[in-house]
Amino acid sequence: MTKFIIRRFLSLIPTMFVIITLSFFLIRFAPGGPFSSEKKLPEAVLQNILKKYHMDESMPMQYLRYFNDVLHGDFGPSYKYKESTVNELIAQSFPNSIVLGSVALALAVFAGIGVGITSALRQNRWQDYLAMSLAVIGISVPLFVIGPVLQLAFSMQLKWLPVSGWYGRKWPLTLILPALTLSFPYFAYIARLSRASILEVLRSDYVRTARAKGLKESAVVLKHVLKGALLPVVSYLGPAFSGIITGSIVVESVFVVPGVGRIFVQSALNRDYTLIMGEVIVYSLILVVMNFAVDIVYGFLDPRISYK
Amino acid sequence: MTDEVILQVKNLRTYFHVDEGVVKAVDGLSFDLHRGETLGIVGESGSGKSVTNLSIINMIPSPPGKIAGGEVLFMGKDMLKMSTNDIRKIRGNKISMIFQDPMTSLNPFLRISTQMIETITLHQGLDEKAAKAKAIEMLKLAGIPSPEKRIDQYPHQFSGGMRQRVMIAMSLSCDPEILIADEPTSALDVTIQAQILDLMRELTSRLGTAVILITHSLGVVAGMCDNLCVMYAGRIAERGATDKIFADPKHPYTQGLIKSVPRLDKASGDRLFSIRGQPPNVIDLPDCCPFYPRCDRTMDICKRKYPTTTDLGSGRFVNCWLYNSEEK
Ligand SMILES: Nc1ncnc2c1ncn2[C@@H]1O[C@H](COP(=O)(O)OP(=O)(O)OP(=O)(O)O)[C@@H](O)[C@H]1O
Ligand SMILES: [Mg+2]
Repeated sequence: MTKFIIRRFLSLIPTMFVIITLSFFLIRFAPGGPFSSEKKLPEAVLQNILKKYHMDESMPMQYLRYFNDVLHGDFGPSYKYKESTVNELIAQSFPNSIVLGSVALALAVFAGIGVGITSALRQNRWQDYLAMSLAVIGISVPLFVIGPVLQLAFSMQLKWLPVSGWYGRKWPLTLILPALTLSFPYFAYIARLSRASILEVLRSDYVRTARAKGLKESAVVLKHVLKGALLPVVSYLGPAFSGIITGSIVVESVFVVPGVGRIFVQSALNRDYTLIMGEVIVYSLILVVMNFAVDIVYGFLDPRISYK
Repeated sequence: MTDEVILQVKNLRTYFHVDEGVVKAVDGLSFDLHRGETLGIVGESGSGKSVTNLSIINMIPSPPGKIAGGEVLFMGKDMLKMSTNDIRKIRGNKISMIFQDPMTSLNPFLRISTQMIETITLHQGLDEKAAKAKAIEMLKLAGIPSPEKRIDQYPHQFSGGMRQRVMIAMSLSCDPEILIADEPTSALDVTIQAQILDLMRELTSRLGTAVILITHSLGVVAGMCDNLCVMYAGRIAERGATDKIFADPKHPYTQGLIKSVPRLDKASGDRLFSIRGQPPNVIDLPDCCPFYPRCDRTMDICKRKYPTTTDLGSGRFVNCWLYNSEEK
């Protein structure tokens, strides 16, 4: 097991290398550049700027220079936000998105699994119909509708929660509505996923054996059903976590959260090479580490997977 | 086998309500099981063997299934009227089951020890340690080598035959009165089938357990069972002592079944006999003899009415108009 973890961990290095290399060149081959927009700069000024950022060098040279900086943990200066480095911009925005995303995902997982179990055990009864209608709403209604509806209800009408904002006097109350909104589609998906797989396991031969042994239905569900049935949810958590962190652009604008979503979009429009790269790298790092963690957890849950 | 009847199934009817209509999977079934007896149930696929046995321990999936009538008397008490709590004390304890496919019948996520110990602690009130000792003892009886080590392994670390041995050990661990084995060897290859059947026979006769053995194979029945029920389309065609039925089958269906067993001592050039036609669809069966479209000795009444049971004496019963003198 330890061996497997180490090997699996080492395999993250080539993955990250490929991601960094590919995105470095892809971004540069996209039309336009960080200084080609708006009004034309005088040729001499442009040359100076390019020199300052080493962009007059050959592409392989720039790549090596950038790679070396990244290895030292330096993502370089932002081309557009001249007063900040990429490291600073990421440090300001990513943690907010991670807090928001983690809370939203935790909500989605607990509520989703709970609702999934309830509707599987009450299949085709009103609890099931109610839960699954809610799930369809969660999957089909866009966040920019759910968000304002929640604001209207809980902030404007009931006045329980702040309309928007982040750090400040109202923290952590400001977290609740955006997290709720963001969690909704994930909650819906997890509820449907766990319902379907619980129903499948409930029909399996080994659950019939457990019942024929005289176990109580609650023991059958807790001991024999849940472990197998929740494996698909566990494997979904990796992509869900990374998705929920960057997928929050809409929620960030509706609730004015200083997260990574808005900067991400802006940097792409601005061709702010270093900022894009920094975000891509941090984002992919989260993605591969989460998938790594999911693999390990999965291995502990499913004894049929052997690590040699 | 003694004269004491421990299980009495009376006019059991189990129906499934599906979109196409009502499936009368079991329709008016009766038989007795004596202490220590081995009773065989044979019949074609879909004749209602598994449904019969799930009905006995009241584990028919509902919906769509429903036990529409009848009684299942275990030691004189009707299991179909018991509370869920009471019947749970019988399941796995007084009446236990082994299923057809050992590859899927054990929980792949739990160790063998967990799965065996939970049954023993539940029904016998032993603590974990004593239960584990008991489980190891049962595995040893079931012929699992080095059971102290293997008990902590997971099902996927066992072969199919070994898993069925584990199932047998587990099902006998609470010393049940009745073991119901639903085609316990159909999923195994032939050499292992014989070993598993031998093991079952040896252990159950040692413990004095009565067995209901469901099978497709008349060969298995001949070697294992004191008595035999031949099922056709959810009903019993014929029942009685195994040797008597083999020596002198009464129902045309039983006669066909016995003729269709390949035999090495009979003429080798002959084609194998098989009963013509297909087993009936048990959805919305009319009230006729379900076997008449495949029967060579049909009479008028066969198409109109299901035959009443004829008592042929010495425990033999047949449901066929040929033996019924009152009507015709
Ligand atoms: N859950 C169910 N829903 C609907 N019909 C069912 C269900 N379970 C069994 N049946 C029907 O009941 C009838 C008898 O099935 P059963 O499983 O008892 O047959 P069997 O004699 O055990 O056959 P096999 O030898 O193939 O195991 C079949 O027609 C089957 O379609
Ligand atoms: Mg069956």
